Amino acid sequence: MPEAARVEGESEVRRTHLRASRGRLALYHVLLLGGLFLFWYVMTEPGLIPPFYFDDPMRAKFFFGQPHVVFKRIWAWFAGGSIYLHLGVTLLETLLAFGLWLALSPTASTLADPYIKAMNAMPRVILAPIFAVWFGLGITSKVVFGVTLVFFIVFFNVYQGVKEVSPVVLANARMLGASRQQLLRYVYLPSATSWVFSSLHTSIGLAFVGAVVGEYLGSARGVGYLIHQAEGVFDIDTVLAGILVLTMFALILDFIVTQIESRLLVWRPRAAETERL
Amino acid sequence: MSTPALLLERITCTFASREGQGERYTAVKDTTLAVGAGEFVSVVGPTGCGKSTLLNVAAGLLLPSSGNVRVLGEPLVGINAKAGYMFQAESLMPWRNALDNVLAGLEFAGIDRGEAEKRAREWLDRVGLTGFEHRYPHELSGGMRKRVALAQILILDPRLLLMDEPFSALDVQTRQLMENELLDLWSADRKSVLFITHDLEEAIALSDRVIVLSAGPATHPIGEYAIDLPRPRDVNEIRLTPRFLELHAEIWHKMKNEVLKGYARSRKS
Repeated sequence: MPEAARVEGESEVRRTHLRASRGRLALYHVLLLGGLFLFWYVMTEPGLIPPFYFDDPMRAKFFFGQPHVVFKRIWAWFAGGSIYLHLGVTLLETLLAFGLWLALSPTASTLADPYIKAMNAMPRVILAPIFAVWFGLGITSKVVFGVTLVFFIVFFNVYQGVKEVSPVVLANARMLGASRQQLLRYVYLPSATSWVFSSLHTSIGLAFVGAVVGEYLGSARGVGYLIHQAEGVFDIDTVLAGILVLTMFALILDFIVTQIESRLLVWRPRAAETERL
Repeated sequence: MSTPALLLERITCTFASREGQGERYTAVKDTTLAVGAGEFVSVVGPTGCGKSTLLNVAAGLLLPSSGNVRVLGEPLVGINAKAGYMFQAESLMPWRNALDNVLAGLEFAGIDRGEAEKRAREWLDRVGLTGFEHRYPHELSGGMRKRVALAQILILDPRLLLMDEPFSALDVQTRQLMENELLDLWSADRKSVLFITHDLEEAIALSDRVIVLSAGPATHPIGEYAIDLPRPRDVNEIRLTPRFLELHAEIWHKMKNEVLKGYARSRKS
């Protein structure tokens, strides 16, 4: 076989191998999840295995819920349409909390450093009831709460990003005639973007925490509210269904952030850069 | 002589030492240096002797402790807008592709995008990078990045070029290619150049005049040599001519002691 053809053949083999292993990994992911649900089902279905911890075979089901009941509940929510309002409210709260810091951060960055640090050190979850009193039980209190949770992470990352600007790149831009505003726009901001995006992944989760905790502590709508209601009547299946739905949507938002990130940060060198032909 | 393009008058730069309180470090002391219109001047000196400090003063990035800087006869205030500065380290904006990097200066000056792009393409062509417009710096080789940096500066048509060991990070072959390209571009319109290097051969091959600095601290010029080699030059060939070797021997004789002093000092600390 000629050299070129052999190399071609080898790379073909390697590529199929790579694709196969990626496919297998996805399969393992699914299998692991399925296994987990199976385990859950086996442990909680009354009478399936002899009770070894609870005396009453019904008790495991009461405390831990059952996967098929949970899925049935989720299905009923989405099919019946009752979830959309709650989900919409929670998502709206999350996104608003998320969007607000964007507007706030440059202004807030000019604030004095020690105060920011003190506010960051404060356990901010306790602010939720205060915000409920200040801003009512509607959407405002949750948004404000979400912002306080998310803001600091992003703030510190922007701060870091601005500090990490290469002094040579900065001096070069100055020599090329950039004004102060132009430096901010063309040098500091792009340099901080990669830092901001690394923080966005964390903040998405926290914005959800803000919205849900807010709803949990007082509201008449939202997934947090649903969970809270269900807990009140010991309906573990509904609680778990709510948690699963929230997790799913947090994952979706995270995925969206990743997509935007890879679009905006094309200039960033990646580790493996060889092109597979 | 007509007004020099750049005149550094009795420049002294003293820094507060990082280690001891109240201790000072004088990088450059009482240095006077002029670059004539259209003249290519190289400054050589042992490592760590404050060559870059001097260049930063000329660029207006660093305020000297005492002394004056005059650009085309005018005292320098703030950033030196008549100068282009080529840095030793990577200076391209990594988030901009080659084209956007080259037109950055025009964009800062408020020139409209279409016009800026046209001129940037011309310059990329002149430095031999047609077809690489949309590559990001990390996708270019070291030599290509230097070419982009050169185009980025020359597109603004500065009267004065300040170059801080611009090719020191390149391999020998790429470096000689770049030196020849620099000479070609320079001979087109003869800007005034202040070229900093630690490489004496590079200095002689490129320049009209070579200034030797003493070892730091308190660096000051200790010798000045006119290079009477004919132009246009090819940096590879000129290195082999007898006159080049003569000049090299003469300047090296002066430089050697300073290099040894600098070396001894760096070993002590």
